[in-house]
Amino acid sequence: MLCLECPYCGVAAEETDLHPGGEAHLKRFGPESSDDDFTGYLFHRENPKGVHFERWRHVNGCGKWFHAARCTNTLEVFGTYSAQTTEPPKDLLDTIRAKRPGFTWRDIA
Amino acid sequence: MSDVQLALDGAAFDGLVQIEELAGQGMITLRGDLADDTIRASVNGLFGIDIPAQRGTAFAGDTGALWMSPDEMLLLCPYEGARAMADELAEKVKDAHALVVNVSDARTVFRLKGSMLREVIAKLAPADMSPGVFEPGELRRTRLAQVAAAFWMDDARNARVVCFRSVAGYVFGLLSTSADDASAVNHFTR
Repeated sequence: MLCLECPYCGVAAEETDLHPGGEAHLKRFGPESSDDDFTGYLFHRENPKGVHFERWRHVNGCGKWFHAARCTNTLEVFGTYSAQTTEPPKDLLDTIRAKRPGFTWRDIA
Repeated sequence: MSDVQLALDGAAFDGLVQIEELAGQGMITLRGDLADDTIRASVNGLFGIDIPAQRGTAFAGDTGALWMSPDEMLLLCPYEGARAMADELAEKVKDAHALVVNVSDARTVFRLKGSMLREVIAKLAPADMSPGVFEPGELRRTRLAQVAAAFWMDDARNARVVCFRSVAGYVFGLLSTSADDASAVNHFTR
């Protein structure tokens, strides 16, 4: 069972309280972008065995979207953080680097 | 104003706990920055309560405030005065970025009375209801089986559950089943 702490209401929410929102930190490419950029934005997703960054919504609770970093292999949760950011916070990345030396995710290493 | 039309006509159930649909609870949703001075002062002036902290509840006589999210609060007041209170609050916060709506008839409130209420709720919600973890003064928004709900404890033997009016029958059925006399687990009293 996956438990994520919502950074907005502080509840350790169980998976059924939440709704998954897919991969985190996507950069949107819309009208007038190149076909390659648009294809990448629309279809290409990370599917790692290991460290992953995702969006989740506390749908049955406070209703807020937030980000979570977790390991898809062990279900270990490294941390959750605000939705109002375009990249994971540095202290969280340091924690992950210490626990999973050498991990890479898109252009994060 | 017309009479209160309850969703379940004041349904009641007696089992591990007593369950009762409360008649006419005034409820006003306030959305806006809860740290905003105008909003804080307006709520305090009109309802006589300080804005509760994260997941907190605050009560003063027949009014109350429930922390729903960082930018949402559910204000409680007598049913008859809810519309006037909402209008007055909207007027007071009109210069702040805020939204005020009277939702009294969009929600249903149940009261659970009895020492087994922790267990009755714990059977339905993915929330830790252990004494010391969930205590009076805290509000929890979560789900009851398949629908969203919020609940808080007034004291060790009294809790209130708020859900959408459209699922009132479902929630009453859930609570009644969970409070069936033959279904005691005695998890929290063992």
